[in-house]
Amino acid sequence: MDHSDRFAIQTKSLRKVYGNKVAVRNLSLTVPRGSIFGFLGPNGAGKSTSVKMLLGLVKPAGGTALVLGAPAGDVEVRRKIGFLPEDFQFYKWLTAVELLHLHGRLCGVPRAKLRARVPALLDLVALTPHRDKRLQGFSKGMLQRIGLAQALIHEPELIFLDEPTSGLDPMGRRLVRDIIRAQRERGATVFLNSHLLSEVEITCDNVAFLKDGEVIASRDLRAMPEDEIRVVVCARKISAEIVAGLSKFGASASLEGEQLIFTVRSAEVLPDALRHLVAAGADVYQFTPERVSLEDLFVRIMGEDRGL
Amino acid sequence: MGCWIMAGITFREAAKKKILLTALIAGAAFLAIFGVGLHFQIEDFSARATAPFIRYQVLSAMLMVGLYTVDLLSVVMTILTSVDTLAGEISSGTIQAIATKPIARWQILIGKWMGFAGMVLGYVALVFGGTIAVAYWLGGVTPENPIRGALLVLLECLLVLTVTFMFGTWYSTLTNGVIVLGLCGVAFLGGWLEQMSGFTESARLVTLGIVSSLIMPSEAVWRRAAFEMQSPLAGSLQFTPFANVSVPSWTMIGYAGFYLVVALAIAVYHFHARDL
Repeated sequence: MDHSDRFAIQTKSLRKVYGNKVAVRNLSLTVPRGSIFGFLGPNGAGKSTSVKMLLGLVKPAGGTALVLGAPAGDVEVRRKIGFLPEDFQFYKWLTAVELLHLHGRLCGVPRAKLRARVPALLDLVALTPHRDKRLQGFSKGMLQRIGLAQALIHEPELIFLDEPTSGLDPMGRRLVRDIIRAQRERGATVFLNSHLLSEVEITCDNVAFLKDGEVIASRDLRAMPEDEIRVVVCARKISAEIVAGLSKFGASASLEGEQLIFTVRSAEVLPDALRHLVAAGADVYQFTPERVSLEDLFVRIMGEDRGL
Repeated sequence: MGCWIMAGITFREAAKKKILLTALIAGAAFLAIFGVGLHFQIEDFSARATAPFIRYQVLSAMLMVGLYTVDLLSVVMTILTSVDTLAGEISSGTIQAIATKPIARWQILIGKWMGFAGMVLGYVALVFGGTIAVAYWLGGVTPENPIRGALLVLLECLLVLTVTFMFGTWYSTLTNGVIVLGLCGVAFLGGWLEQMSGFTESARLVTLGIVSSLIMPSEAVWRRAAFEMQSPLAGSLQFTPFANVSVPSWTMIGYAGFYLVVALAIAVYHFHARDL
């Protein structure tokens, strides 16, 4: 069955080995078209190698990858793909305008169209005042923004962004976030590789968690509020039986002194859970549901021992 | 189209980084010194009323020294300007923003090669042509077969350029430079050893020289160029540095051309196959 209309990216058992080090073990993932997809994982998990394989920069040792319906690296399909590499580097002797014109021409954008497109993009990434400055005078944040502009020069259907907000101040991050959302609004798919979980949480529709070169979990973040709710309860007279009784609400619970913490999958069971506690004789003086943050989820999935 | 964009950007890079200007200033300085030297020699000849035949032969020899210097300058300029273009962009990650565009990798490599080849052509034409013009203008001497000589020098530079590109797809800038200069050193030494064999009549030196030329035929191309350009009399005298007692054959020049094409094909293949 052809899923290329539904999915921008489909990979199956993608693998990459450097010498005797396995960088990507078994990457199988699907990215729906028109979504913002977050790709998360600790350092060395294989995120950048995976992105490079999808872009054709790195040759896979095994497995298959379809990007916009064509094998990864297909030259013609690259007309529809934009890419912002991590730590964007380019010829420092070019000005911002020259850089965008060059990338536009490499993407096959007609000169006449570029004459309108380049100023609009410079405006979008707030670099119009620096349009004629050479890149050698640019700060890291400005380089990231001009890098983002070059990735969008040909209005691609699929955009890979590798750490797009690194080096940006809060205003810059907000700018990038708005641009990413605007891309989704026009129907593009965004593949976002980021360490900043808070950014991913408020930007992405879906996320996949990569560990040791393998996708070990994925989540639909639009469903997250209903997906995981952590409840902190402070109460006296909580017995082990009361805690065990929470399992009928699908909750996993832990009790430390007078503090009970349990997690449920739906907010709908919360009134019943509270009634259960009170009916069983607990004196509840705090009952606080908290949405599980992406960071909590990340730590839980990856394990406490692996930092970002 | 991709090739032309890459060739154009290579030219612009050389211009913006003032590589072209610096190379041209160095070339102009060389021409100035060459011209002054020639002028002094001509004045001395006039003061001593040297016979025209001797005068012509000495000035022709000076012209050959000048052209040999042009050859060395051109080869070194070719290596220095191109050694970083692939290796440097691969290690800095700059190439990633280009290689993900709808342009095949062979177009990136060939485009860059074309850009450098164009610059080498311009440089050789200006400095080589300038040297001949200065020698003719001041001393009235011209080399034999100047076009053939210039084309052979150009072939030598393109050969070195292509080898620099080939190793640039494997190694870092510094390693690449060391390898290519090392190969030119092997070719240079082999050429002189072969030259020496003319005096010592050592067949083993000839063999060593030929093997060196097979490893890197750049010096053999220059020796053929020198043979083509020197005056018949100088060629018959076997004691000048440019007297080709063991002249590289046209087969060797054909081999150099074949070497270039194979090196370019390997560069394209390896650049296409490698991870970036």
